[in-house]
Amino acid sequence: MANNRALSKVFVPSDTTAISLGSDDIAARMATTISQQDLALQLVRNGSRGLYWLEPMLELETEAGRVAFGPVTAETFADLVAAEFWVLGEQATAHPSYLGLTEEIDFLKKQQRLTFERVGVIDPLSINDYQQQGGFEGLQKSLALSAQGIVDEVKGSGLRGRGGAAFPAGIKWQTVLDTQAEQKYIVCNADEGDSGTYADRMLMESDPFCLIEGMTIAGLAVAATCGYIYLREEYRLSQQRLEAAIAIAEQTGFLGEDVAGSGRRFSITVRLGAGAYICGEETALLESLEGKRGMVRPKPPLPAIEGLFKQPTVINNVITLASVPIILAKGGAFYQDFGMGRSRGSLPLQLAGNLKQTGLVELAFGVSLDIVLQQFGGGTRTGRPMKAVQVGGPLGAYLAEGQWQTLLDYEAFASAGAVLGHGGIVVFDDSVDMLEQARFSMEFCAIESCGKCTPCRIGSTRGVEVIDKIKAGKDRQKNLELLTDLCDTLEHGSLCAMGGMTPFPVMSAVNYFPDDFNRSDET
Amino acid sequence: MLQFFDPQKDLSPDKDYGTPAAVHNQADMELITMTIDGRQVTAPAGTSIMRAAMMSDIHIPKLCATDSLEAFGSCRVCLIEIEGRKGYPASCTTPVQEGLVIRTQSEQVAKLRRNVLELYISDHPLDCLTCPANGDCELQDVAGEVGLREVRYGFEGENHLTVEKDQSNPYFTFDASKCIVCSRCVRACEEVQGTYALTIDGRGFDSKVSAGQDESFMDSECVSCGACVQACPTATLIENSVIDQGQAEDSVVTTCAYCGVGCAFKAELKGEQVVRMVPYKGGEANRGHSCVKGRFAFGYATHKDRVTTPMIRDSIDQPWQKVSWDEAVNFAAKRIRSIQQQYGRDSVGGITSSRCTNEETYLVQKLVRAAFGNNNVDTCARVCHSPTGYGLKTTLGESAGTQTFDSVEHSDVVMIIGANPTDAHPVFASRLKKRLRQGAKLIVADPRRIDLLDSPHIDGAHHLILRPGTNVAFINAMAHTIIDEQLAADDFVAQRCDMEAFNRWKSFIIEPINSPEKMAEVTGIPAENLRAAARLFAQGGNSAIYYGLGVTEHSQGSSMVMGIANLAMLTGNIGREGVGVNPLRGQNNVQGACDMGSFPHELPGYRHLSNTEVRQQFEQAWGVPIDSEPGLRIPNMLDAAVAGSYKGLYCQGEDIAQSDPNTHHVEAALRNLECLIVQDIFLNETAKYAHVFLPGASFLEKDGTFTNAERRISPVRKVMEPLGGKADWEGTVALSNALGYPMEYNHPSEIMDEIASLTPTFSGVSYQRINEEGSLQWPCNDDAPNGTPTMHVDEFVRGKGFFAITEYVATDEKVTRRFPLLLTTGRILSQYNVGAQTRRTPNVDWHDKDSLEIHPHDAEDRGIVEGDKVQVASRAGDTVLTAQLTGRVQPGVVYTTFHHPESGANVVTTDNSDWATNCPEYKVTAVQISKVAKNSEWQQQFKSFTEQQLDFLGRDDG
Repeated sequence: MANNRALSKVFVPSDTTAISLGSDDIAARMATTISQQDLALQLVRNGSRGLYWLEPMLELETEAGRVAFGPVTAETFADLVAAEFWVLGEQATAHPSYLGLTEEIDFLKKQQRLTFERVGVIDPLSINDYQQQGGFEGLQKSLALSAQGIVDEVKGSGLRGRGGAAFPAGIKWQTVLDTQAEQKYIVCNADEGDSGTYADRMLMESDPFCLIEGMTIAGLAVAATCGYIYLREEYRLSQQRLEAAIAIAEQTGFLGEDVAGSGRRFSITVRLGAGAYICGEETALLESLEGKRGMVRPKPPLPAIEGLFKQPTVINNVITLASVPIILAKGGAFYQDFGMGRSRGSLPLQLAGNLKQTGLVELAFGVSLDIVLQQFGGGTRTGRPMKAVQVGGPLGAYLAEGQWQTLLDYEAFASAGAVLGHGGIVVFDDSVDMLEQARFSMEFCAIESCGKCTPCRIGSTRGVEVIDKIKAGKDRQKNLELLTDLCDTLEHGSLCAMGGMTPFPVMSAVNYFPDDFNRSDET
Repeated sequence: MLQFFDPQKDLSPDKDYGTPAAVHNQADMELITMTIDGRQVTAPAGTSIMRAAMMSDIHIPKLCATDSLEAFGSCRVCLIEIEGRKGYPASCTTPVQEGLVIRTQSEQVAKLRRNVLELYISDHPLDCLTCPANGDCELQDVAGEVGLREVRYGFEGENHLTVEKDQSNPYFTFDASKCIVCSRCVRACEEVQGTYALTIDGRGFDSKVSAGQDESFMDSECVSCGACVQACPTATLIENSVIDQGQAEDSVVTTCAYCGVGCAFKAELKGEQVVRMVPYKGGEANRGHSCVKGRFAFGYATHKDRVTTPMIRDSIDQPWQKVSWDEAVNFAAKRIRSIQQQYGRDSVGGITSSRCTNEETYLVQKLVRAAFGNNNVDTCARVCHSPTGYGLKTTLGESAGTQTFDSVEHSDVVMIIGANPTDAHPVFASRLKKRLRQGAKLIVADPRRIDLLDSPHIDGAHHLILRPGTNVAFINAMAHTIIDEQLAADDFVAQRCDMEAFNRWKSFIIEPINSPEKMAEVTGIPAENLRAAARLFAQGGNSAIYYGLGVTEHSQGSSMVMGIANLAMLTGNIGREGVGVNPLRGQNNVQGACDMGSFPHELPGYRHLSNTEVRQQFEQAWGVPIDSEPGLRIPNMLDAAVAGSYKGLYCQGEDIAQSDPNTHHVEAALRNLECLIVQDIFLNETAKYAHVFLPGASFLEKDGTFTNAERRISPVRKVMEPLGGKADWEGTVALSNALGYPMEYNHPSEIMDEIASLTPTFSGVSYQRINEEGSLQWPCNDDAPNGTPTMHVDEFVRGKGFFAITEYVATDEKVTRRFPLLLTTGRILSQYNVGAQTRRTPNVDWHDKDSLEIHPHDAEDRGIVEGDKVQVASRAGDTVLTAQLTGRVQPGVVYTTFHHPESGANVVTTDNSDWATNCPEYKVTAVQISKVAKNSEWQQQFKSFTEQQLDFLGRDDG
């Protein structure tokens, strides 16, 4: 029997993307193979490393480190079994799917993984793995600090909201700390809905304890005892992972009445979202979390002062909160050393769309977009020239070639009329019709508008109609002017960023790709 | 120039300031100064920039904002510029801040506003000239203000222009094609009314206002209060009367003639025709809110059933003869005088009306005392709140509630005993629910699960489900617990109360018999529940008690009122805002009728006849001697009539044949009268036994004043000439003159002047003062020239508060094997009292018959299913109602309303009454229920009698 032998680990990812590419099937085959052949292998379901074009990516633990094979289809897997890949003989290393040492894969090696350091490495629900890889160090350090001490570390790190708005997290926390109330809340915005983004999901599925730790530290920092994760309704696997992880953390004393023996109280509840993009807007999220229709609240009052159930509330994105443990573990100064200007630390970028290599790239701020597209993305998958890049989700501007030198930095992007947002990057080749993309952006707003404010509620529908008229060549010049005027109204008149930012993609398409708006359909 | 805004004085009720006033104590109000359009403006901290600007007469266009609702920030028309800030913040949601420099007008702001309006109009019908809101449309106004000249989007795009109208509600139409989705209706339903019947369905462009789960308004939870209609800035929710008649051209502020809340309304008119009643923001009782009765159910005033000609007849078996006013009053006077000659001076009397004005009530009691020459005057308060008068006078020293309705905004704990505010006092209920949503705690002591307990966003209420007739046992157990657990406000009691009486009372209340554990057997309230409620009441902060007829209409009604006052004093909950003892008065002027000397033992201002000094004052003013002996109460009059010693009655605006208990007895009494003079707007049940009918005038047809439950004297203003030729006070004057006691008044203001000159608590009241202040709360005199919002502030009116001993004595009306169930009665929202008014309006769409609520257990035992005809039989009589099975009532208890005369609810109720005041024990009747096939004998007789009397009226009903 294999029981007494020293087992070598074989890793098959279990995040949503890997599963959708067949990793569950590979894992099942692996398990069968192990038992049939009585191999000295232990199957571990890790999260994904984020090299999505290589998923399902199978890893084998060796003395030199973990080696990878990918993408592993059923056919490939049969080849690898035939080659007895676990002994890593010549037949295996010669196989086209052999990628060598995982850490040496260019895509991964060039990254600066801080928040995602454990993602894809560990078994997401192994609290031992988590602790062995530095987990809960931040929490332990926090317990030795005063609330103000924790807030100071976060302030010193320069961490800004990774949900998109980039508001300094430490200042938000300070406001909540300074506001007196019997009950305060930590709310994690996990309603990840931007097109082309998946960093939150990856983190929650691959390293859920990291988020739990971050929220707990936030609770200690502002004297909140109750946390909610408002989770995108479709993220059922994340829900399972989070709930399992919360249960484990409670059993092991990291959550509950006595957090890590400190006598402090903190609990976390997962709530499924209402299935609307607008519920990712923080005030609409709070309404929805209170059981109401997800409608945007006017600010002031700030959620930090009157948030969930009108109590002071820290509301941060998953990545913001998941960046907190490393900041506390290694100090604000450590994190602050990464990045440029006012953008400190690292940003997890999510490559998507027409690229050879898509996946998660965590980099310190300051690299140019072009480097990401070429060195990580590897150019377009179709091989055709790139035409446009949308950064920051459906409300981010489309960038034309001349803007790809822009450095990944909140301020640099802002001065280019663009946003970094949540770090989603979607690439289009030259076959794209930018008028259709503008229409898509406007239609997205029409579909997802909560319907509260007039510019967004009526304007987005009218916007689609005006673009259709332009497309049909009807009073083109007048309608282009009307579209511009409408976008001005949306930008300056809307209640929240949904209507306020829809003009970014629309007008960037109009301004940088004018030819697509002058083509006549009447040919 | 720096200005200080006093919201009470400086604001106009006719102007919309966009957002509500900021909430804070007057004392710590911080004032903020900023510059708006180059002018220095000051406003309290927390005020919105919009409101601050509007208060300074700087107009900012707006659509989703209105000052009855919290700021919402959705229309984006009120955008402004603030120096040093990015973008264009909405002025409604941005609070004032020291030193801001604000511009409400700029080129970019103008363009944004115009573009937003352009979007609105791209989905709005262009039928302004034929639109019912034409002339009263905020969308139209704002489009004009921003200079919208074209809609570049055209009108071919997606739109809502063909959406069907919802005309299910009899009073208003919902035309969604005109909706701008500002959510004002939805927010009004939530924030103002507290019903949450409306919502926005769908999102984005598909967003639409929906009643309930996409139901019609009538099928939804909508209670037709009109708050949504009031809030709508367009023609989307609009009164059918405006659709039919067009915009009003004139308006008069007056006071509602329904319940004792006394809402102020603006009657909007075309000539003498009321187009609509709009709740008046300046009304301090209602603060701009209304209910389905006051706002919509005024059509009875011009109903075809109105009798507008005086009539006489020798006997009730004869047809009526239409005559002139002179003939009628002379006929009446002659008969009264001949009865007095034959049967003695005391063989006649009068009943004043709680629905007529103070001035009219005053005149009727004056007529009885001065022209009839006896004290046989009583009022319908006898059958509702007489125990309140007695109980509060004994303990606190004044026969009235202690607070304003505003007071509830400062309450932390509210205890409702024997009242059903959402149905009977709906506008107060809305104000209470608002406070409960803010976190105040609720205790309800009621045999039945009232709607208040099921209101949205109110949880954790204590419902003490007690058996009918055990109120005093309950209140004693509350007080016992507070003493027992040492929760009493000892300092308050020591400083403010009569200690000798207190100590006597204390040794009584602490007896084990009064403990919650012992009393649980009587009341059915588990001791632990009662103790929890008592602790909350004593320790919860400002605790207030509101009560209704479920307290007074018992054999121990007066004891219960005193028990309530004891509890308030014991816990120190009296003499400031947020606390107090608050009787919810059933009728519009029941407080006023009592104040005006309607009781047989008291002259106006609750002064006893036996007081020679007081009597002499009136004798001098009226020029007649006044008997020092109290006269007959209503039940005594009826008994004496049956016995044959009482023969003549002048009954103004009161329907004792329907409203008084033991109908058989009442009918026998009325048949025995030789001269019954009824003054009413309809041929009511009592009038069917009358010999003289004097046409009454509705509240729209006369000037006068009503006094509501908070002692607020509010103006009633004439909007149309009396249909019967005389206002009620003029009818009384005519009758008095015919009796040979001359009365000379040119206007009700002269009657009020007389009242003021004779009544110390009214000495500061005059029409001029009322017009200046809008309303006045008595006492209003030299000590309190602006009236008295809160009573007993520094000391009780009687000096020291008096703890009266309130021993629980079980009612004689006990359940037996023959009568095993207890019947209790109450009101429903859409109907009012005997229903004479509301039954003659489309309010019958909600409630067209009274039914009997019965617990499914009791129904099962008797083989009764929903909708069965059931006989309700008591020791007094029986009637037949339709069964309605519900868990609202506890097993052993049945419940009905009494709005329809043919229901005969009072055929079943008995002669039992309050030991002190004879207030009937309506709320407890032992009955048996059984399934039957046809109506009761009484109901059949009633039907044929009614048909006969209508024939006598000579009415051609087709």
